[in-house]
Amino acid sequence: MVNAPSRGIAAALILLALALALVPLGGDKYWIKLVTRMMVLGIFAMSLDLLVGYTGLVSFGHAAFFGLAGYVLHLISPDDAAVNMLWALPACLAATAAAAAVIGALSVRTRGIYFIMVTLAFAQMLFYFFHDSDLAGGSDGAFIYVKPVVQLGDWVLLDLGGRTALYYLALASQVVIYAGLVVMLRSPFGKVIQGIKINEHRMRALGYNVYVYKLVSFVIGGTLAGYAGFLFASIDGFVSPELLGWQESGIALVMVILGGMGTLFGPLIGAIALLGVEELFRDRAVVGVMAEHWQILMGGFVIAVVLFLNNGLGGLLVRLAGRREGER
Amino acid sequence: MDWLFLLIQTMNGIQYGLLLFLIASGLTLVFGIMGIINLAHGSFYMIGAYLAFSFTQMTGSLLWAIVLGIPATLVLGVVIERFFIVHLYHRDHLQQVLLTFGLILIFNELQLVIWGGDPNGVPVPEILAGSIPVSETLSYPVYRLFLSAVCLVLAGIMMVVIQKTRLGMRIRAGASNRRMVEALGVNVRALYAVVFSVGVTLAGVAGMLAAPVETVYPGMGEQILIVSFVVVVIGGIGSIKGAFLGALAIGLADVYGQVYLPEIASVAVYALMAAILLWRPEGLFGRGAENG
Repeated sequence: MVNAPSRGIAAALILLALALALVPLGGDKYWIKLVTRMMVLGIFAMSLDLLVGYTGLVSFGHAAFFGLAGYVLHLISPDDAAVNMLWALPACLAATAAAAAVIGALSVRTRGIYFIMVTLAFAQMLFYFFHDSDLAGGSDGAFIYVKPVVQLGDWVLLDLGGRTALYYLALASQVVIYAGLVVMLRSPFGKVIQGIKINEHRMRALGYNVYVYKLVSFVIGGTLAGYAGFLFASIDGFVSPELLGWQESGIALVMVILGGMGTLFGPLIGAIALLGVEELFRDRAVVGVMAEHWQILMGGFVIAVVLFLNNGLGGLLVRLAGRREGER
Repeated sequence: MDWLFLLIQTMNGIQYGLLLFLIASGLTLVFGIMGIINLAHGSFYMIGAYLAFSFTQMTGSLLWAIVLGIPATLVLGVVIERFFIVHLYHRDHLQQVLLTFGLILIFNELQLVIWGGDPNGVPVPEILAGSIPVSETLSYPVYRLFLSAVCLVLAGIMMVVIQKTRLGMRIRAGASNRRMVEALGVNVRALYAVVFSVGVTLAGVAGMLAAPVETVYPGMGEQILIVSFVVVVIGGIGSIKGAFLGALAIGLADVYGQVYLPEIASVAVYALMAAILLWRPEGLFGRGAENG
């Protein structure tokens, strides 16, 4: 359950954050971009962990909100000027929150396997909507030519076009969102959703409106996924229907499991590990000819994680940290 | 002749629905009886279609291709059950989703390695190549009639097996209470292996039959998988009857949608699902998710 992370874990996380803060000093553009992607997808996976690991809602359509925010950003960005994040970000978040409220209102009525399939189907519905309509480039995707800026009057505070700026924004977001979620999960609301995950009937018997709690959690998770989608679209300045596709949702679930479900910090590590593994599998020097067919290796890796790494890397860390503290 | 056009569209919808039924029935049985959610089910449809393509090139006829393809997919089903699915029986849905997701990644890439990324066509067998004139301008291809007939026969056989035989009795018992069947001493492992392999074969056969009607292309498995999920959800998980009615409803909704509302056709199917779930969260014939 969510207690504050133990001292060992907290120390490890602070070290990780510090290490991440040093990456841009190396100045390698490729690395800065890769780690930015790791961190943004980490936020995406963490938002999914709120649903899967804490509320017991196994959503297989989480990418819908991730991609939707990117598309909204594309639609409100002028082609020849930067959009101001001060209103663009709230607009994207409002759109994803609204979508999550509608999809959630329908999906949360169902349970277990139905929930998995229904969230998947709704995400596919959005996928086909953007894939088939001319609204935003159809199956080819669309560009965000000028990346968003934070602007007060004529004064540009932050330009996401700058690699380092985006990098540090992603890192800061990770820290803030993680801390915010830890606080939320320790609040009465957080206790209730975790109670629902463990025993929904009992929570209902105690008089809680389980449906509303699950729905609120779903909307929070969806909105945070939207925030990650906003940042992700700003990395490459490009959105495509695949961002909403079910493979993206599947990958997010893999990150959650790989990192450790129900640990909140686990998915952040899971995202780093998964993208790291992908880099390895695509590297000819490491895997030889298989690099062209790295998806086979990735599939095998996913299966191995499911079969052998039940609690993920985060679970492993928690166990190690727990053992250390037990010895003391 | 507007109503003739409508008739042809209706028959197309029914044909698509029957094809969906072959795929969805395997999906719903595997879930209902084994408690396994199998994302890789669509891959078996794709593999069936590609086998039809290769075997047709080898033997010159789709009919021979199907004769060769059925044992091939059956063996594939046995192997996948034996090496992967076995590990999932006592695990939760999330792990099932992820493991079968991993399988899809592998199948998709293997498909690209073996058959490449270009779409392929499979010729209709000569005996079935004609079409029946319905009016001066409209006609209906014989092959589509044949396809519908085969699907109906298979659906009929399935109904008889499930309702009238000892195996069917066990399948029904497994769908309503898995643990009890186990406790009564039925060899559940063997039953699971049979159900899974038959489900795989049905999906494969659907792919083989569909090959001449639809293009054989990479990613065809995912597309059909999602629609099959919608069918299963609408019908109620574990219910063959529900899968049948759900498949026909989706088939018709899809075809009518493409004719009358082409802009939103791809969304129509999901809208139908949303409407049905609003009315009945456990699908038309669902008994609740507790059994899972």
